[in-house]
Amino acid sequence: MTTSGGIPVPARSRAPDHRQESTNLADILERVLDKGIVIAGDIRVNLLDIELLTIKIRLLVASVDKAREMGIDWWEHDPTLSSGQRDVLEENRRLRERVGALEAERTREQP
Amino acid sequence: MLTYLYAIGRVPLEPPDRPGVDAEPPRVIVEDGFAAVVGSVAPARFDEAALAHDLEDLRRVEELARAHHRLVAALPGDGPVAPVRLATIYRDDDGVRRLLRERATELGALLDRLGTCREWGVKMWSPPRPAADAQPVPADAERPGTSYLMRRRAARDADAHRRAQGTELAEHVHRTLSRLAVAARRLAPQDAVLSGRTEEMLLNATYLVRREDEAAFTAAVAGAGASGAEIVRTGPWPPFSFATVDDP
Repeated sequence: MTTSGGIPVPARSRAPDHRQESTNLADILERVLDKGIVIAGDIRVNLLDIELLTIKIRLLVASVDKAREMGIDWWEHDPTLSSGQRDVLEENRRLRERVGALEAERTREQP
Repeated sequence: MLTYLYAIGRVPLEPPDRPGVDAEPPRVIVEDGFAAVVGSVAPARFDEAALAHDLEDLRRVEELARAHHRLVAALPGDGPVAPVRLATIYRDDDGVRRLLRERATELGALLDRLGTCREWGVKMWSPPRPAADAQPVPADAERPGTSYLMRRRAARDADAHRRAQGTELAEHVHRTLSRLAVAARRLAPQDAVLSGRTEEMLLNATYLVRREDEAAFTAAVAGAGASGAEIVRTGPWPPFSFATVDDP
């Protein structure tokens, strides 16, 4: 499990020779994804904002039992999640609703 | 092939010796005195359908973001360079040439404003909370309930006090650093999931600093660190946070 430099994923899904890059991913994303000259290119893309991206990362590791099995325990160090498994499930439910609402909004915006 | 746009500067501008988002060698398109740093990328990976699919894959987003940043950061810093947002893609080089012609006025003004300034990030976290048994209210064996509530209240008051102090310190640091910068922006506090940090983030800000002011800026960051809060400077970054033009 790595949380420091990249998107949290179980360590074994990475290639064995994968080197952790030193520049913090959050620092990079808040610049290249959120800033920089915005010009409409010919190819239309829909970049997620960072908040939504973070929610998706949480959902990615949302299955608590499965995550424990894989040795992932980052939520135990996360103050918003650290008060027990019930809170984690509640948080996940809330985030799922939120992602659902945001996706519905996005669908409405681009018919 | 499609044309992926990384950054815009002025001639002469050499492409960096770094592979781009599709492992392609970057090149430069010149038009009207502007130099656009681009790469030829495969439609199979960078057309609308491919991107819509790939941007759902967080590992792929990370790869793209890192490659985009690496290339832009490798550009020479002796002239102004404006970084372009991730995944700005044209059907061909002509699309980029058209952009450089049509938006010449705004792009010129942006490059003048950026000059050779560099972007520096500053992040500040509150110091770790003291251990619970350090609370000043002693346990009273006669009235355990009351003394428990008093300890709880003392802990809560101490938390509120620490938070207020932290906010004030962050404001002070931000004001001090802003005076040494050409421009300053506060960014949203980073989510613990992405930053890997659990302490409360007091400040996440970024500053556009002239080269000649960098030493003073660095000294001011170090000075702020003496206050007890943990402060980290990141950079230099290409001026992503200050490269803004209005999209018509």
